[in-house]
Amino acid sequence: MKVRAQIGMVLNLDKCIGCHTCSVTCKNVWTSRDGVEYAWFNNVETKPGTGYPTDWENQDRWNGGWVRTKSGKLQPKQGAKWRILANLFANPDLPEIDDYYEPFDFDYDHLKSAPEMKAFPTARPRSKITGERIEKIEKGPNWEEILGGEFAKRSEDYNFEGVQKQIYGEYENTFMMYLPRLCEHCLNPACAASCPSGAIYKREEDGIVLIDQEKCRGWRMCVSGCPYKKVYYNWSTGKSEKCTLCYPRIESGNPTVCSETCVGRIRYLGVMLYDADKISEAASVEDTTDLYDAQLGVFLDPNDPEVIRAARAEGIPEDWLSAAQQSPIWKMAMEWKVAFPLHPEYRTLPMVWYIPPLSPIQNAAEAGAIGTDGEMPDVRNLRIPLRYLANMLTAGDEAPVATALERMLAMRAYMRAKTVDGINDEAIAAKVGLNGRMIEDMYKIMALADYEDRFVIPTTHREQVEDAYDLRGGCGFTDSNGCSTGISSGSLFGGGKKPLKMPQEVR
Amino acid sequence: MHNFLFGIYPYIALAVLVIGSIARYDRDPFTWKTSSSQLLRRKQLIWGSILFHVGVLVIFFGHLIGLLTPIAVFDALGISHGAKQLLAVVAGGIAGVMALIGGLLLFHRRWTDPRIRSTSTFADNAILLLLLAQLVLGLSTIFVSLQHLDGHEMTLFMSWAQGIFAFDPNAAGYIENSALIFKLHLFLGLTIFLVFPFTRLVHILSGFGASLRYLFNRPGYQIVRSRKRRHPAE
Repeated sequence: MKVRAQIGMVLNLDKCIGCHTCSVTCKNVWTSRDGVEYAWFNNVETKPGTGYPTDWENQDRWNGGWVRTKSGKLQPKQGAKWRILANLFANPDLPEIDDYYEPFDFDYDHLKSAPEMKAFPTARPRSKITGERIEKIEKGPNWEEILGGEFAKRSEDYNFEGVQKQIYGEYENTFMMYLPRLCEHCLNPACAASCPSGAIYKREEDGIVLIDQEKCRGWRMCVSGCPYKKVYYNWSTGKSEKCTLCYPRIESGNPTVCSETCVGRIRYLGVMLYDADKISEAASVEDTTDLYDAQLGVFLDPNDPEVIRAARAEGIPEDWLSAAQQSPIWKMAMEWKVAFPLHPEYRTLPMVWYIPPLSPIQNAAEAGAIGTDGEMPDVRNLRIPLRYLANMLTAGDEAPVATALERMLAMRAYMRAKTVDGINDEAIAAKVGLNGRMIEDMYKIMALADYEDRFVIPTTHREQVEDAYDLRGGCGFTDSNGCSTGISSGSLFGGGKKPLKMPQEVR
Repeated sequence: MHNFLFGIYPYIALAVLVIGSIARYDRDPFTWKTSSSQLLRRKQLIWGSILFHVGVLVIFFGHLIGLLTPIAVFDALGISHGAKQLLAVVAGGIAGVMALIGGLLLFHRRWTDPRIRSTSTFADNAILLLLLAQLVLGLSTIFVSLQHLDGHEMTLFMSWAQGIFAFDPNAAGYIENSALIFKLHLFLGLTIFLVFPFTRLVHILSGFGASLRYLFNRPGYQIVRSRKRRHPAE
């Protein structure tokens, strides 16, 4: 047993209102720069839809993630090491920027500087790459917002696998949910495995996956290696970039920017202990539907004295152990089993998990039955097909998702009975394999979701990693290259690409 | 002048190549990159880049082995000078045409595609032109070579190249009477060495270095870094 700690995240999709505050605040902090205008470390997709970049879930097309070879070994789906190296000259699996969208801005200045004209002046779009006029914007980071576009296109959504999807194109049967996405900070990251330079690494202390900007050479194999398409190539600096899980904030005990600003309070951050020795075994189980269970087997119970002893031996600090014991991630993933990994079939063992959303009851007659006698509707009658959620969260295994949804319905029924009728109905809890105390705990964390319950983040132990004497007079956090800002404009060795001058409207 | 260009300039170029590369790797690693533009435009890159790189690599190793292997080795192996020259002309010619076609595709892409054109630096364009010019010069030498197929001229170039690395002060003398096209090709080649550390060409070193480390020096696939101090302050 090799105990390591990881900051994990859970997103409660049942409460996501699709406001994009997470995306926008993340954008403002991390990717409001040349070369990554098109990159959203966090984005929110409307599902069903093909997402951003388009069709990212289709690994037959992009070859992201891992495959299990006939001999039972894992190898990146884009190929073993020699195969990846053979693609250095031109990567056949790399998306083009048009698969995301061509970044654009508008001629806002024209609104105030236009001469007197018959028609109102308009702000027309321009490409942020070439500065040239874009006559028609064809795509954006959230092009299918609230089921935008025709169903025929959106139904190419990979999660419709095994679902009779035609009826969901009809107005009466349509369904919708939001899916906020960020780097999964996987236990078995395919991006790191694909990097020939060895620039991508997982941090031992908190599991955050980072790209060393000074070691990255721009071979761009990570972009195609990541099945979630959450590594972005900065076309200006020639380096790949990704979500950092806001590690400067995490280190000081603060939640990530996306979590902090989440209006719906859907995001949770906490410590998970895991056994690093079990990773490769868990990621290479034969049947993809076993991957969810296999990953549960990698996590270690923070209350088990054996685990605590082993964790102490690895040098995991005491406050990290107590944070692991209070971790909301542990409760939702392991105790209540309401949270699931996104696409476990990619074999990356992702660490950003999702609570599936409830949806209205299809059948109005059955809907009348709820609440009155504590009778719960069948989760198979929910508007969002169970198979669709299972394809997304458990590689198609419907049973765990059904249990989670039933537990969430039971929580509502139990709390309704308690607050409206004043009855503690243990029968409701027992029906879904819980008890009243657990359900009230669920209610506190998942429904009330106080700040302190959502974010249980121990600070980093700087005394273990840094020498204060060396740090004095240092320049703190920089992008790269010592105290420089990362873009050396006048360097002998060349800097970034030349900054783009946006041309102005000619009068 | 001849002695400067082919007796002294090689040392200047090689010294700048080595010291400049070390300095850049040490002082400004953030700028060390391939500068790939595949993300912005895939068209013409796949064919152009593969043809260009494979061609150039074959040429590079052909020159390396052909020029720096002592002539005695070929004699011992029983390969006549004429046969070696014929091999160089044929293999180099095929690889050169591949690289030239690929390079022209890449050049066309870089000059006509609005995305690539507007994100190209002076150095990006200049180095591509330099390499294309060198390819054209190199292919042109074939026509001169075909005038004398005995391989004698080729052994003179081998003597020169090996003389440079052996610090032979008379190295330049071997190629005093070579055709102008050969001299231009050599001069431009040395100039490419000279500008190497200041351009994106440095990615060639990473290409070899990273590939070898990835294949042979990384157990498995994953990398975990610890922030814990390995050497506590004494």
